[in-house]
Amino acid sequence: MADDLKIPLLEELEKGPWPSFVSDIKSMADKSEVAADLLRQLEKSYEDKRGYWKHGGLVGVLGYGGGVIGRYSALPEEFPGVSHFHTVRVNQPSGWVYTSKALNEIMDIWDEHGSGLTNMHGSTGDMVLLGTNTDELEPTFQALTQKGWDLGGSGSDMRTPSCCIGPARCEWACYDTMDLCYNLTQEYQDELHRPMFNYKFKIKMSGCPNDCVASQARSDMAIIGIWKDEIQIDKDAYAAYMKDGFNIKDLVVDMCPTGCITADENDIEIDDSNCVKCMHCIARLPKALAPGKERGATISLGAKAPIVEGALIAQNIIPFMEMEKPYEELHDLIERIWEFWDDHGKARERIGEFIERVSLATFLENTGLDPLPQMVQEPRDNPYIFYEEYYAEEDEEAASDE
Amino acid sequence: MATEVERKTDIGPPHFEQFLHPLMKENYGKWKYHETLEPGVLAHTGDAGTLYSVRCASPRLASTNFIRTMTGLADKYADGYLRFTSRNNVEFLLADKDNIEPLKKDLADLNIPVGGTNNAISNVVHTQGWVHCHSSATDASGLVKAVMDELTDYFTSEKLPARIRLAVACCLNMCGAVHASDIAILGVHRTPPVIDNASLPNLCEIPTTVASCPNNAIKPTSIEGKTTVTVDEDKCMYCGNCYTVCPAMPLADPLNDGVSIWVGGKISNARSEPMFTKLAIPYLPNNPPRWPEAVDAVKNIVEVYAANAKPFERMGEWIERIGWPKFFDLTGIEFTKYHLDDFRFAGTTYRRSTHNRY
Repeated sequence: MADDLKIPLLEELEKGPWPSFVSDIKSMADKSEVAADLLRQLEKSYEDKRGYWKHGGLVGVLGYGGGVIGRYSALPEEFPGVSHFHTVRVNQPSGWVYTSKALNEIMDIWDEHGSGLTNMHGSTGDMVLLGTNTDELEPTFQALTQKGWDLGGSGSDMRTPSCCIGPARCEWACYDTMDLCYNLTQEYQDELHRPMFNYKFKIKMSGCPNDCVASQARSDMAIIGIWKDEIQIDKDAYAAYMKDGFNIKDLVVDMCPTGCITADENDIEIDDSNCVKCMHCIARLPKALAPGKERGATISLGAKAPIVEGALIAQNIIPFMEMEKPYEELHDLIERIWEFWDDHGKARERIGEFIERVSLATFLENTGLDPLPQMVQEPRDNPYIFYEEYYAEEDEEAASDE
Repeated sequence: MATEVERKTDIGPPHFEQFLHPLMKENYGKWKYHETLEPGVLAHTGDAGTLYSVRCASPRLASTNFIRTMTGLADKYADGYLRFTSRNNVEFLLADKDNIEPLKKDLADLNIPVGGTNNAISNVVHTQGWVHCHSSATDASGLVKAVMDELTDYFTSEKLPARIRLAVACCLNMCGAVHASDIAILGVHRTPPVIDNASLPNLCEIPTTVASCPNNAIKPTSIEGKTTVTVDEDKCMYCGNCYTVCPAMPLADPLNDGVSIWVGGKISNARSEPMFTKLAIPYLPNNPPRWPEAVDAVKNIVEVYAANAKPFERMGEWIERIGWPKFFDLTGIEFTKYHLDDFRFAGTTYRRSTHNRY
């Protein structure tokens, strides 16, 4: 079948030093007519400068409303191998850690039931099995669950939570991202598999303010590890850096955003009360400096891509919350937020847009949170205040105020 | 039916602990520090010992063949332990330092670059494009391949002032959330959907189609006695949601679709706060298979940044220091009316001071 694969434009992308997805798909084309027709349709897209896919219809597995994305070729007669090309999202393990045995088992399933093509991984974090037909969805699902895997989210549900590698391989993790990610995914299986929200709700967990999973840009709820006390300093390790000629002034002192570091080749002092925990000095001196011991997370809400009202970066809602098992305080917060959003949000309104529409003050009142100066860059600069407390002239309280 | 296995649902993902390297279990939460031995090779140390991570690129759109190649290398050198990073790199987790060089050699023989650490251009976060998406204005995998072929040298080295996070999204739905990247390539449609009035009444449900528009631009109408829809072209943002539910409203327009280039976003809180990407180039043509205009534009921005930024200064921080006029000046990019925001928060982007550099 691959003998009649005429894809000169795509073959141009087999050249060059970066791994070629074309060569990779071609390696499947001998055994998979789906892969061969995918290349043929893509070649036509490259010729015509347009895509040839249709969305359409709900497809999925029994009892789930999410986890499968329906996709059909707009040219099924020309490219029958991809007439159906549905995506199966498989919930990844925390931190994207695998053994080769476990991965090979999934690859076996996908060679048997699908195109043999994947995305490792999708933007939300799932392992994405790319391209199969409707009849194969349920058998794929059953084969996956027999090996201990389940589907991720899609549509207006809680999307598959994802997290950084955290304490499994990073000294900066201020809470157990791996465990929390597992905990939230298991706690909210119903919300993950059965879309019932106004729109999608993504949760991402990073162990420190470096935010390696981009939670502040890409999740409705960003849970980012933070500490409250002093940066830990190992003076011997610091001395060793200085002995090696490290340029402490240019690379650390002058780059501290709050100017809270006093340091020279002999000593370093940090005014932790003015430190914003940006991680720059710790990243430059990983053996000498470490996050403090009083650790937890800061929680932000509302990041999203442009549709509908414009892109947002998450806004801080909880400056500090302890993140210890069984995470009851966090579960409680998540459920209060979902309840208010569910009752008052509009269709297709993400939590960030919802908060802007109803106002942050209204959102806080209805979710049981107190307003804090940490929630804003600055207080309002307009005087259009909707006062809710005022006195009538005959009020006794008013008189006693004078 | 005795042979049928029980149908399981809602089991969730497997617990991660079974996939952790023994050193990751022993040092869990107790890591002391990490070092970079060379670009693409990290060493994390705790009381139980040092774990070596070798990071290599992947095409992200990976076949089972590619994954099996990776698992084969993991079996050979890493006791079967590997992981993927948030930017689609593969990491092999090694207990034995002596396995680093042979693993690197095998990867080199497979033409898979090792790198992506620290002040490098890491792998590109991207979307599906023409490979799988119905609303894409361009291809993503092809763009990434074309761009990274020119920038591989920045993946395998750490010679940039700071890291550059590159992202590609093939329409403004931005499944790749490119709005906080150092450099982003964003596919753009520039014309509203074309309505096929002859077939629309048969193919599409009118209320669903009307409701699909996030901006209320679609209204029902009647043409020659048949109910169809109209699109208010001033309101259309080219998102493709209507085409999702109504195949008689195709959005793809080979003549006008293309890409835009955005710069200066960041996600980490290091030094400065997270920043949005801002428009650098409003439109470049779709020119597959190698998109030379887009590749040249990205390469130019990378090189101008590399020549001018201070150590550990991210793209956005560098531009903030020198000012946007200087950015356009140094890169030779033309500033146009399309750079002036006219959406919801437009006013927040206007300069309101005399702070100009001459």
